Amino acid sequence: MSNLITSFADFFAKTGKATIDRVSAIGQASMMLFGALFAFPLLKNIRLTIAQIYVVGVQSLLIIAVSGLFIGMVMALQGYTILVNYGAEGSLGPMVALSILRELGPVVTALLFAGRAGSALTAEIGLMKATEQLSSLEMMAIDPLRRVISPRFWAGVISMPMLALIFSAIGILGGHVVGVEWLGVDSGSYWSIMQATVEWEKDVVNGVIKSVVFALVVVWIALYKGYSCIPTSEGISLATTQTVVYSSLAILGLDFILTALMFGIS
Amino acid sequence: MTTRKTEIMVGLFVALAIAATLLLALRVANQGMSGSGETFNLKARFDNIGGLKARSSVKVGGVVVGRVERIYLDPSDLVPVVDLTISSAYKNTFPDSSSLSILTSGLLGEQFIGLQPGFIFPEDIVRIAEDKVCETNVLDDCPYLTDGEEIFDTKSALVLEDLIGQFLFNQGDE
Repeated sequence: MSNLITSFADFFAKTGKATIDRVSAIGQASMMLFGALFAFPLLKNIRLTIAQIYVVGVQSLLIIAVSGLFIGMVMALQGYTILVNYGAEGSLGPMVALSILRELGPVVTALLFAGRAGSALTAEIGLMKATEQLSSLEMMAIDPLRRVISPRFWAGVISMPMLALIFSAIGILGGHVVGVEWLGVDSGSYWSIMQATVEWEKDVVNGVIKSVVFALVVVWIALYKGYSCIPTSEGISLATTQTVVYSSLAILGLDFILTALMFGIS
Repeated sequence: MTTRKTEIMVGLFVALAIAATLLLALRVANQGMSGSGETFNLKARFDNIGGLKARSSVKVGGVVVGRVERIYLDPSDLVPVVDLTISSAYKNTFPDSSSLSILTSGLLGEQFIGLQPGFIFPEDIVRIAEDKVCETNVLDDCPYLTDGEEIFDTKSALVLEDLIGQFLFNQGDE
């Protein structure tokens, strides 16, 4: 009998511990986010931020551009084979442009960014923690949030919407290459029907808003996972994996919510 | 010098992003009637709006002059009412007697509103010039469509089933 009570107590204790851990993790992550937000790069930190934009933004450019080109080309090829059955291949332009601007641009950019830059951020900060560089900074009375976390946070938030815009533009040009140059859709109708359908605020601006939200979430997860990792080689590897997994799930889940809010039936 | 190189690369990155935005703004998206400049509102009742939607375009001879703002059902008459926003560039341009019809672009295309400009009496033109009725915001006097005015001459959307029904009915008569 007492055995049963003990195992019940153990069960509740485990649940309670897990809950407390989760809540305190969310609390710590929020504290870190606020620290990073309010340490907005002042003039002194702007050089650090620019250096980080180079690392997370410019160095992600190649993978983003190549993915955008191929996704645009595939969209045009797939869309053409279906639309041509209905004699509606003139609608290829809006099909490619809308699916890239609204969904594929922000989402694929964010997924690639999480894999390319998010994991690197986690590993870098995790290693800084493991080798006690963060503690050393604190010993020198330098706030690591201000010096290390904030420039990376803002660099990510600034870079990702720009990457998403570049992705969308290159994707639409890739669709043009396949649809118009190769498959022979009329160039005029590709662009003019696209222009008639795509709207600046509804499609382009909403896509940018999506990618800003994704940027906040991905960079937040990446930095927190690095900042709070167990300072061992296993801990860093676990934190890096978790960054990519959690970011990807958060991106896809948030994308549904944002799509429902922006384009859902009102 | 690594810092210099970094700064140049970041500058190029930003320039590329601006170029992408410009491409999307100028080549891909239409600024549309929404937000670009002043507009004024018109109202019209139809018996049947077919597949017309909010944001559908209003065209005069194929030129887009405005958009459908809102579609709702009149609670007392139970007929659809369509609110239109027209670019202010066309204020005091279309006569009161203009008519609206719901048209379809192409066989499978989307539906839009076609505005057919009406006529205006020569004496009215003289009156406008002398009394400046269209500048004093007195709705009833102005022979042109102004803000908030309703267009009464409307033609409903073509519904295929009704058309076939009429055709069969006429065949039965003969």
